[in-house]
Amino acid sequence: MKVLVIIEHDNANVKQSSFSTITAAKKISDSVEALVLGKGLDLVIDELKKSDYLKKIYKIDNELFENPLAENLSKAIQKFAEGSDYTHILSPSSTFGKNMSPKLSALMDVQQISDITKIISDDTFERPIYAGNAIATVKSNDPIKIITVRSTCFEPCALTSNVDVENLTVNIDKNNSVSFVNYDKSKSDRPELTSAKIVISGGRGMQNGENFRLLEGIADKLGAAMGASRAAVDAGFVPNDWQVGQTGKIVAPDLYIAVGISGAIQHIAGIKDSKYIACINKDEEAPIFNYSDYGLVGDLFELLPKLEEKL
Amino acid sequence: MKALVCVKRVIDYNVRIRVKSDKSGVETDNVKMSMNPFDEIAVEEAVRMKEKNQIQEIIILSIGTDKSQETIRSGLAMGGDRGILVKTDKDQLEPLTVGKIIKAVSDKEKPDLIILGKQAIDDDCNQTGQIVATLLAFPQATFASELKKNDDNTLEVTREVDGGLETVKISIPCVVTTDLRLNEPRYASLPNIMKAKQKKIDVLEIESFDVDIKDRLQVLEVNEPPERKPGIKVDDVDALVDKLKNEAKIL
Ligand SMILES: Cc1cc2nc3c(=O)[nH]c(=O)nc-3n(C[C@H](O)[C@H](O)[C@H](O)COP(=O)(O)OP(=O)(O)OC[C@H]3O[C@@H](n4cnc5c(N)ncnc54)[C@H](O)[C@@H]3O)c2cc1C
Ligand SMILES: Nc1ncnc2c1ncn2[C@@H]1O[C@H](COP(=O)(O)O)[C@@H](O)[C@H]1O
Repeated sequence: MKVLVIIEHDNANVKQSSFSTITAAKKISDSVEALVLGKGLDLVIDELKKSDYLKKIYKIDNELFENPLAENLSKAIQKFAEGSDYTHILSPSSTFGKNMSPKLSALMDVQQISDITKIISDDTFERPIYAGNAIATVKSNDPIKIITVRSTCFEPCALTSNVDVENLTVNIDKNNSVSFVNYDKSKSDRPELTSAKIVISGGRGMQNGENFRLLEGIADKLGAAMGASRAAVDAGFVPNDWQVGQTGKIVAPDLYIAVGISGAIQHIAGIKDSKYIACINKDEEAPIFNYSDYGLVGDLFELLPKLEEKL
Repeated sequence: MKALVCVKRVIDYNVRIRVKSDKSGVETDNVKMSMNPFDEIAVEEAVRMKEKNQIQEIIILSIGTDKSQETIRSGLAMGGDRGILVKTDKDQLEPLTVGKIIKAVSDKEKPDLIILGKQAIDDDCNQTGQIVATLLAFPQATFASELKKNDDNTLEVTREVDGGLETVKISIPCVVTTDLRLNEPRYASLPNIMKAKQKKIDVLEIESFDVDIKDRLQVLEVNEPPERKPGIKVDDVDALVDKLKNEAKIL
């Protein structure tokens, strides 16, 4: 058994989800290697080299991979994996992995296993279906397993090693039917939503984007990441990538604070692995109370300033 | 341009899911079924492009049991021109199989644009569009929140990705998968629902395709998720802060 982990990064930093994926790989086999594709990878490699559990890192530094276009990445990974003895290829279940990994699976004629939350054995995994309202245990009969990993279910690996790095080149034709135009990065000095210890989210109850300032003060004090319900995002209160839930980001912080969020199943799907959930909602019948360890009934506009003061 | 829109019949998003007691799956008997919400967004986008004269024909494709004809009809009522049902008795097919069927249909119909949802809300796989694009060697733009057609036979697509918005340019023919912010699907009007009854749906047997439909994944069991232990309501902000400090020990 030999596992290959595809590393997600932004040519400067390794994404936390990559370290979680390495941990998942280690649960399958002791023989874990990583593949990094990108451009100008020195910083990325410096960080990745420290990963425990990795036996080897392969690096392909090429301008083709400056931006993560799935067409080029999947072709290159297929070429690399072809003729090797990898039994598993893992990617994080982030938008990067979701975009790329199914292409790799199609190229290799494998049925991908999406978003695994638990490893039962080298061919059997758990994954949530129906917005996490059911958990399926699936066994793969493909000779190679192609998997995306829900990073919140696996601790990031420790960084105490010094892993061997090998440089590779790749020979693929640039795909001319797709080109990168730009990446409009949401500006934020806050921790990443999917790896933060504390997350505070606002919903439709916030009424407008301005009012998210009430959450900001608290997030500042707690060092928390900020999120939102779909309703708040759809209404344009906050950027799209703040959406937490079945079809947005999955989070599992030590503490999740839901403010003015009713608790629809699609939202709950994204938060129910949180260690503690607290909520503020003026409707004591709101479903969010059924999932909250600590629920506070009342008007958020009154309660939030008080909370900020008490912290 | 010709568009192929892929729609899946799934349990309605409002239904409370019940796991079968024999752990073989979830209860679907007497449960309200609807078009996968992301696929409604896909149909809507195609219809809007047709209204702008960017598309001349919209084909609505579903792969599923005979009942998926209802789902295709909903797409026709929203503005699709004709339907194709690839019929099977199996009530769930894997994305790789579905992808291969969509490829085969596409080889015959030669659409310029294939639009799918980013994710089916039953299997939560988020794979099919990417598979179709790969099998056809078409460029893909997944998780689209904005789509613009250029004059030079390219689309500029804004994608919802972690950390922000990415824009890519892809040339036609291509595959797009929809995210929630792309548009707000319309409700079909009664006259359009009536008109849709006259529109043609071709029914093809899945066996007539040269595609192996055997599952690669075996579902061993389906279980209820672990329940969160019930919490409490606290009286005021002080009590909340106290709990977070002294019980949860987080602050
Ligand atoms: C295909 C699909 C995918 C979806 N994916 C997601 C997803 O990933 N994430 C997601 O979140 N949703 C998702 N949804 C949407 C989901 O079904 C709900 O519509 C959404 O979560 C509701 O957001 P909300 O709780 O902010 O709004 P609402 O349900 O309107 O709730 C607002 C809450 O605020 C409270 N409130 C109002 N004013 C105050 C006040 N002054 N003080 C205190 N409380 C107040 C109200 O009591 C209410 O409970 C999806 C839906 C579909 C169909
Ligand atoms: N049986 C099917 N028939 C038609 N389209 C489908 C089918 N299954 C999946 N799709 C399309 O593929 C998208 C993604 O599905 P999935 O990869 O299963 O999450 C859906 O939103 C549909 O557009």
